[in-house]
Amino acid sequence: MAYKIKVNGASHTVDVDDDTPLLWVLRDVLGMTGTKFGCGMALCGACTVHVDGAPTRSCITTIDSVGDSAITTIEAIDQTPSGRSIQQAWVDLEVPQCGYCQSGQIMSASALLRDNPHPGDTEIDDAMSGNICRCGTYVRIRAAIKQAAASPAPAAKKG
Amino acid sequence: MPLDQPVGSGISRRSLLKLASAAGGGLVLGVMLPWPVRQAAAASGDGFAPNAFIRIDRAGQVTMVMPYVEMGQGTYTSIPMLLAEELEVGLDQVHLEHAPADDKLYANPLLGFQATGGSTAIRASWEPMRRAGAAARMMLIAAAAATWNVDAAACRAQSGAVIHAASKRKLAYGALVDKAAALPVPEQIALKDPKDFKLIGKPAKRLDTPLKVNGKAEFGIDTRLPGMRIATVASSPVFGGKLASLDDSKAKAVKGVRQIVRLDEAVAVIADHMGAAKKGLAALEIKWDDGANAHVSSADLIREMDAASQGPGVVDKNEGDVAAALQGAATRLEAIYQVPFLAHAAMEPMNCTVHVAKDRCDVWVGTQIAGRARAVTAELTGLPPEKVEIHNHLIGGGFGRRLDVDGIALAVRIAKQVDGPVKVIWTREEDIQHDIYRPYYYDRMAAGLDADGKVVAWSHRVTGSSILARWLPPAFKDGHDFDAVEAAMGPYSFPNAHVDYVRHEPPAGLLTGWWRGVGVTHNAFMVEGFIDELAVTAKQDPVAFRRGLLDKSPRARAVLDLAAAKAGWGGSLPAGSGRGVSVIFGFGTYVAQVAEVAVGKDGQVRVKRVVCAVDCGHVVNPDTVKAQIEGGAIFGITAALYGEITLKDGRVEQANFDSYQMLRIDEAPAIEVHIVESGEAPGGMGEPSTSTIGPAVVNAIFAATGVRLRKLPIDTAQLKSA
Repeated sequence: MAYKIKVNGASHTVDVDDDTPLLWVLRDVLGMTGTKFGCGMALCGACTVHVDGAPTRSCITTIDSVGDSAITTIEAIDQTPSGRSIQQAWVDLEVPQCGYCQSGQIMSASALLRDNPHPGDTEIDDAMSGNICRCGTYVRIRAAIKQAAASPAPAAKKG
Repeated sequence: MPLDQPVGSGISRRSLLKLASAAGGGLVLGVMLPWPVRQAAAASGDGFAPNAFIRIDRAGQVTMVMPYVEMGQGTYTSIPMLLAEELEVGLDQVHLEHAPADDKLYANPLLGFQATGGSTAIRASWEPMRRAGAAARMMLIAAAAATWNVDAAACRAQSGAVIHAASKRKLAYGALVDKAAALPVPEQIALKDPKDFKLIGKPAKRLDTPLKVNGKAEFGIDTRLPGMRIATVASSPVFGGKLASLDDSKAKAVKGVRQIVRLDEAVAVIADHMGAAKKGLAALEIKWDDGANAHVSSADLIREMDAASQGPGVVDKNEGDVAAALQGAATRLEAIYQVPFLAHAAMEPMNCTVHVAKDRCDVWVGTQIAGRARAVTAELTGLPPEKVEIHNHLIGGGFGRRLDVDGIALAVRIAKQVDGPVKVIWTREEDIQHDIYRPYYYDRMAAGLDADGKVVAWSHRVTGSSILARWLPPAFKDGHDFDAVEAAMGPYSFPNAHVDYVRHEPPAGLLTGWWRGVGVTHNAFMVEGFIDELAVTAKQDPVAFRRGLLDKSPRARAVLDLAAAKAGWGGSLPAGSGRGVSVIFGFGTYVAQVAEVAVGKDGQVRVKRVVCAVDCGHVVNPDTVKAQIEGGAIFGITAALYGEITLKDGRVEQANFDSYQMLRIDEAPAIEVHIVESGEAPGGMGEPSTSTIGPAVVNAIFAATGVRLRKLPIDTAQLKSA
């Protein structure tokens, strides 16, 4: 059936089965491919988006559960101060290798930083251990979150 | 932004232009006209393309065509650094493109065909890419000199322009391309003196990073085409099995499912989106004919390998007289070391998009081996290779998996039955259960020590399947597999040494393939574990013992000393903790690592700290070297602690990240990297750190617990103390 969802501030109507995961609505129906498929079972975090600000695995989030929640994806995370801080730290410290998991890492990290501007190691572990990086960029992810916490958020880009 | 949307990749020119216009035209997207590099620029008359790697247009835009694919290793920065260094342009002036499939133009000089793997890219490119850049620079300088009617020697290139200092004249490359294109490629090419390097050896920002933090990087799985369908596939769960019967009535009733495709050994569901395809797949009622492998189990395979390893094997090395030296040794040691089948588990699951049309076929994929991708597509479609186009992509983790084209072949066979383009995506379960696995190795080690604890004999028999025999048959001669026995003596010298290889293949249908450093990674575990045992037997410190065997390898000894010093080797640690060391020479690189582990009473192992010293010769991008050491260590720790593919009833028992576990951030150690300055030829960096970490961890576990583990993954049951 048809569902009206709000993604990155825009409304979309999609006609899919009620149990269709949000991940595939974003990627295949709406063509927003920044959110990645990794496991389909909420084991790797590659598909992480924000649903009303909460980091959420879109691969097990069915479309009928979304309602009128505001969904934010990697494509719009630079609209938030914590998202910009995280992206900047990721660039400064050269976190990504293959880069495939990094959308999910950045979504988890930016939610962490928004809720906890100065996370310690244990809090970083708790927030980030659901996100697998097969290239093994964990050392830099940790350092980048700390750097982002210590730096003022970059200004929003215009346009 | 230096790397804009890589054109010639998933996104079509049309869609890019559309994107640009949607953005009001104000956004620079780096739209480049598709310009087949096969076509000589001189003939086309609108730019300068002195070789297959560099194009400069009249506007001065420099485009570099990347013969090696980027899968995280930083090649899309380090290769441009080599070209840009000699071309005298900044990295911020460069656009990148994926090379098309062409085994001649884009052959890896070390392999002879177009491939990215084996930590070869920098080793293979060090000279050729600098020469390519230098040739272009010389032609541009010659063009400027001719324009000004001055001696070329009086001109120099800088930041994308040629300068004649004496007359203070300057011409940008763009203004010189027509003239340069008419010049012959110089035969004598002068490379810069390394002391004049502006880019090489200095940390460079990766060109692909900006796209990888905002979701815009395009991997194969992100391919979008008008009218494209999404498919997912189930192959026979028993390798070698066939489809017996299929009831697809329920699947066809799923909203969004369009078609069911039957192959001999697989079924695919074609749908509007992956959600529908997966739901359709789950609704299929499939009966498989399990075939000959229905009862294959890991225990049986290991038993067979044990029998095969009794040998004899094909002799790779025979120095001195090992039998006599063993006979006369004061102490003899024998051990069996084993490493398991491993899946790659790249984060980007296997996928491939194919459009089979009447007279051509297009393939959108991330591949480490584009030429073979084209060849297999041509073969399966019956089209001539020139009618097949491979649109290569960034790869979401390769590790050797994308050196095989089985996923491309499967997608092409499915696409032949589908109208229009179809993107075939494997579920994670398919990805893990139908991988081409790192071989199981079952190695017999033997050594003799004299009364002073000196090694007088070394014997290493490798038993395992031959990747080379399958993947590159001409390289597999008379039973010799150079990969399987690579570094089977480590970096050490022994007065008497014997290395041989017994090829033993698993049942037909279970394929083995490249996996981050195969030969060296497996042998480093056997050699460095066994060397540690010898040190213990000789009652010597493991670092001192290794030093004594490295007289003829000063670079190996230097990294060993450096790693030991930086790690505080010999310093005290809490109870239940230990340090372990390993050192290798592989891929042209010397690496030593010290791992610190803590073993809990429950036997759980935690790697706390890794200290690494690396001598990879001339460093191109130091930060990439560091990143590869860090990531390679995490990759190797995952394998050491968790990695294992097992078989039961002909089926792989692991399926997703719950049963095939990955190291996570809360388990990641601190990692320190110390790079040795060197003017030697560059070595590879993609794989060494994965090779060294496994034995370092196992040796550290021994130091912590006194338990010697000779098999991966580590068995925590053996480490329980309470």
